[in-house]
Amino acid sequence: MMLRIPRRGFAQVLALIVILMINRLVSPQFFNLHLQDGRLFGSVIDVLNRGTPVALLSLGMVLVIATGGIDLSVGAVMAIAGATAASLADTHSLPVVLASALAVGLTCGLWNGILVAVLRIQPIVATLILMVAGRGIAQLITEGRIVTFTSPDLVWMGNGAVLGLPTPVVIALGMLLVTAAVVRGSALGLLIEATGGNARASELSGVGTRAMILSVYVWCGLCASLAGVIAAADIMGADANNAGLWLELDAILAVVIGGTSLFGGRFSLVLAVAGALIIQAMNTGILLSGYPPELNLLVKAVVVLAVLLAQSPRLGDLSRFTARWRRTKS
Amino acid sequence: MTLKALFAASATAALLLATSASAAELTVGFSQIGSESGWRAAETSVSKSEAAKRKINLKIADAQQKQENQIKAIRSFIAQGVDAIFLAPVVASGWDAVLKEAKEAKIPVVLLDRDIDPSGKDLYLTAVTSDSVHEGAVAGEWLAKTVAGKDCNVVELQGTVGASVATNRKKGFDSVVAKNANLKVVRSQTGEFTRAKGKEVMESFIKAENGGKSICAVYAHNDDMMVGAIQAMKEAGLKPGKDILTVSIDAVPDIFKAIAAGEANATVELTPNMAGPAFDAIVAFKEKGTVPPKWIQTESKLYTSADEPMKVYDSKKGLGY
Repeated sequence: MMLRIPRRGFAQVLALIVILMINRLVSPQFFNLHLQDGRLFGSVIDVLNRGTPVALLSLGMVLVIATGGIDLSVGAVMAIAGATAASLADTHSLPVVLASALAVGLTCGLWNGILVAVLRIQPIVATLILMVAGRGIAQLITEGRIVTFTSPDLVWMGNGAVLGLPTPVVIALGMLLVTAAVVRGSALGLLIEATGGNARASELSGVGTRAMILSVYVWCGLCASLAGVIAAADIMGADANNAGLWLELDAILAVVIGGTSLFGGRFSLVLAVAGALIIQAMNTGILLSGYPPELNLLVKAVVVLAVLLAQSPRLGDLSRFTARWRRTKS
Repeated sequence: MTLKALFAASATAALLLATSASAAELTVGFSQIGSESGWRAAETSVSKSEAAKRKINLKIADAQQKQENQIKAIRSFIAQGVDAIFLAPVVASGWDAVLKEAKEAKIPVVLLDRDIDPSGKDLYLTAVTSDSVHEGAVAGEWLAKTVAGKDCNVVELQGTVGASVATNRKKGFDSVVAKNANLKVVRSQTGEFTRAKGKEVMESFIKAENGGKSICAVYAHNDDMMVGAIQAMKEAGLKPGKDILTVSIDAVPDIFKAIAAGEANATVELTPNMAGPAFDAIVAFKEKGTVPPKWIQTESKLYTSADEPMKVYDSKKGLGY
């Protein structure tokens, strides 16, 4: 198994470090850590913990985007899975609850996959259907109210700890390793990239592009449902109106910040997760800074722009050009 | 006109035959926005029970968030010749034409929960709404009274940026803070009215304010954010309700569970009973010709642990919140 950490990850790692340093400036206790009820406690842990849903979403999203597709329904799938888990939590055991929620995610992914791979509907339209309908389905499950639960097993999924780390972080890390093992430990990752690079050429050279596309949407649905369960477990309730709302956009942003092109082709799992952490580090920093909330979105936009500019190939050319110009001058 | 008279006559006749109810029995058509939130669902179910209490025949039309559906519903109520129309307007503008039709048919219109543009001022009888600035002030006054002159650093969980309810609830609370030098809002961020965001923002507040030790009270623009914030405080090893005072607005059932458990201190009710006062106004108007004031403000009642929170919880949990 090869976990490819490509050289192109430089911009993202740098961005993450810079943002963490800025957070340290606005809030001197940013890197402080202590144990609280057997769980590490501190702002850095918050970044990891709060970043988990988007990180999980981006793990599925990056594969979908690598095939040249997009999945707008992940936020709604989160809401459905969370609603399913919350309504079963107090009457069923954790394995049953988890299995049902994940089955819901798989089904949603399969639906998207069939629309895109078999019926050849454009991904943005195909997944838009579930994005709109999914929240309605979640509201039907919860009957429009916030369904709360007390089952300690499910609460542990959101608020528990494994070796001091919050459970959601451990789950996300596990999912990253599993996904990496599956797609990079075999030729699967290459085949996905081939499908996104040139579907027709790949098809002709024997790649089962239809199966590739179908499976990435299913995986994306699965990741989204896991994120939904965690989000519900975190607040001990399923809020069908707000769970995962607009998170599909954060997930797409995380993938793009991670350097994967929306046109498909090459992708990086680790950098997509790094993208999710960059977004969350920024969010947490804004909350710690004490700026008025009216500035939140503006700050976010400026930082994202800066990260994307740092990756822009044109800008890279420009800096090389100025370097050469300086050399010739001296 | 004749249709209406005919309808009223036949309805009264039918009622006289069927039951021994008084001839004054009223039929009210209610154009409800939809059921987008738990509060809205509660408003609908309270309207039904308030109507039943007064033996008023209530017809509810769910507009599913669409103004065109509301206009259709009002026209159909006019055609049916109801005695009064209740309207919870989804938007503020675009009501003049249809309300004129109701006025021409001499059917009084009562606005519930939300107001419309001033151009329609003389097209409706009265508006029953809550004053969200006042709600914020009630929350602030409770805090001022509770800390009784001691210095108190408050952190505020705002509603969605730009939402008028959030702006007003902040304004009302700030007006009390301005009068009490011992109260100080040290941090204010948006929790977007949701539990998840309320929890996340509170986690950061706790870290930024010396592990929560320098926070004396939390003020949240709604109860849902407070429920999230309470979890964040508990996870940080703090005792909400004791180490940190809490006051929020809405009075949804779950906050009463927290109050009963000693984890929350106070909530200000945004009553789902907008229809009750509206029915009273209509009955008085129909029977005695009393013209109600243009604005009937609902009570912003404060609840604390002294108000038997579990009892309130039981009475509220079936309302559809």
